[in-house]
Amino acid sequence: MARLTSDRRMQVYGALLLLPAAVLLGTFAYLPTVATLINSLFLPGFRGAAPEFVGLENYALLLEDRTFWTVARNNLFYALGTIPTSIALALGMALFVNARLPGRGLVRMAYFTPTILPMIAAANIWMFFYAPQIGLFNHLLGALGIEGPNWLGDPGVALGAVIVMTIWKEAGFFMIFYLAALQSIPPDLEEAADLEGTSRWSFFWRVTFPLLMPTTLFVLINALINAVRVVDHLFILTKGGPNNATNLLLYYVYENAFSFFDRTYAATITVVILLVLAVVATIKFRVLDRRTHYQ
Amino acid sequence: MTTPTAAAVASRRFAIRLPGLETTAAWLLAIVWIFPLLYAFWAAFHPAEFMVRFELLAPLTLDNFTDAWEQAPFARYYVNTFLLVTGIVAAQFVVCTLAGFAFARFPIPGKDALFMLVLIQLFVFPEVLIVENYRIASGLGLVDTIAGIGLPYVASAFGIFLLRQTFKTIPRELEEAARVEGCGWMAILLKVYVPLAKPTYLAYGLVSISHHWNNFLWPLVVTNSVESRPLTVGLGIFSAPETGVNWATISAATLLSIAPLLVAFLLFQRQFVQSFLRAGIR
Repeated sequence: MARLTSDRRMQVYGALLLLPAAVLLGTFAYLPTVATLINSLFLPGFRGAAPEFVGLENYALLLEDRTFWTVARNNLFYALGTIPTSIALALGMALFVNARLPGRGLVRMAYFTPTILPMIAAANIWMFFYAPQIGLFNHLLGALGIEGPNWLGDPGVALGAVIVMTIWKEAGFFMIFYLAALQSIPPDLEEAADLEGTSRWSFFWRVTFPLLMPTTLFVLINALINAVRVVDHLFILTKGGPNNATNLLLYYVYENAFSFFDRTYAATITVVILLVLAVVATIKFRVLDRRTHYQ
Repeated sequence: MTTPTAAAVASRRFAIRLPGLETTAAWLLAIVWIFPLLYAFWAAFHPAEFMVRFELLAPLTLDNFTDAWEQAPFARYYVNTFLLVTGIVAAQFVVCTLAGFAFARFPIPGKDALFMLVLIQLFVFPEVLIVENYRIASGLGLVDTIAGIGLPYVASAFGIFLLRQTFKTIPRELEEAARVEGCGWMAILLKVYVPLAKPTYLAYGLVSISHHWNNFLWPLVVTNSVESRPLTVGLGIFSAPETGVNWATISAATLLSIAPLLVAFLLFQRQFVQSFLRAGIR
């Protein structure tokens, strides 16, 4: 009996310890998530009128909204443009820095430094590279007698320019995970391969790369999340333009909510982002953590 | 191409020495990667006419920094960012310690389900929910306050997860020993668990500091005056193309905003990298 009551007390105590986190998570994570889902089913009430329930009408509007499709396609291209390249570069950087290299510490620092800059600061610097007449890129191209494009003003080039900057910002971050994984690979594997005369190329593809698979998946998940979550640089570089050529989903949410003041439509687009994140989360918990136990 | 035997001999003698080609590639990539930052330094410390003229003897100047400092209230932005970052990290430590401890050591009914619920926040970030979070913040009177910027991040699933994992690795015997000495749960937490989790706090603290020093979207949405704006938002407004501020001044302002974190990083590189790694499980 005494045992029971002490268990009971432990439960109450534990619940109290959880309370602050529960209140905050409830207020700023769960409540807004549910409110977003509900709001996507309403149209805003005008001049103080109650919002009007319209069922899935916002979603029908979304499907007919050509800008939404442009933005969704941009985000897909943005993900395809940034993720494989930054992962490949990160792996390359890690292999470089993991080998015996003169000035290794400096090289590693050079690769990693962009990671700790705010996206806004990075965008400021790149803004000047990309500026049409006075910008550094076009200045250097001009010296070679080439007329450079308007990097951020030409709809055909702008998204590519944003992608290049993002790769520069991300690759060094992913590198450190590859570096840690490489250092955990036992060196006798390479010695054995050396003895058998395996070429470094085939050693990489047949031993190193497969061993790095968990890291690659982990980095992939992070890169996917960042592709929908980070839009800070757009505020400086392009504001989603020209003509929505670089607009991404979360930026489109921001525009709808805080420039066009259409909160329910913004909620509807947010639901699309939440769906993407749900897919990513499922991949992570189902595939990546199959062997990880949260007990 | 060298003959296979020569290559084999060379590779055996210098076990992991890189061929020159790879060293060159590694260094070239490093130069490309650090160039934008070096360029920002160049632009910030030289008069505007040297933006694209790279002359070794170009005159150095601090005018760009004084211009930036005078044209925008960077001193105030510094104070705001400092308050924001220390406030968030302190509050996160408290809230996540309590929750992590509860998840690690207390028999709460439905604990696993609750923990999965917490982990959802690893994917649903406050900045994804800007629309509704703004409404909630304004309902609570938190718009345009530093607390309003920070509160949505305080109950961090990531912090709870990290601390729970760390607390779980601490042997129960230490706890029993403290109990024999008459310690209650709070004393056990503060005297046994927290000191042993120091590396986790360091790692989590560094990651959190860099994240919130650099965070932009939510602070942009929830602030609308100089009194609460952090550096990133101040910098974003200052350097918006339509303001027509010149590039040299913008470069100086950019360096001003990143300087403290950059210096901290250069001094404590190893700790930073280790922290990001440790935090990697996210």
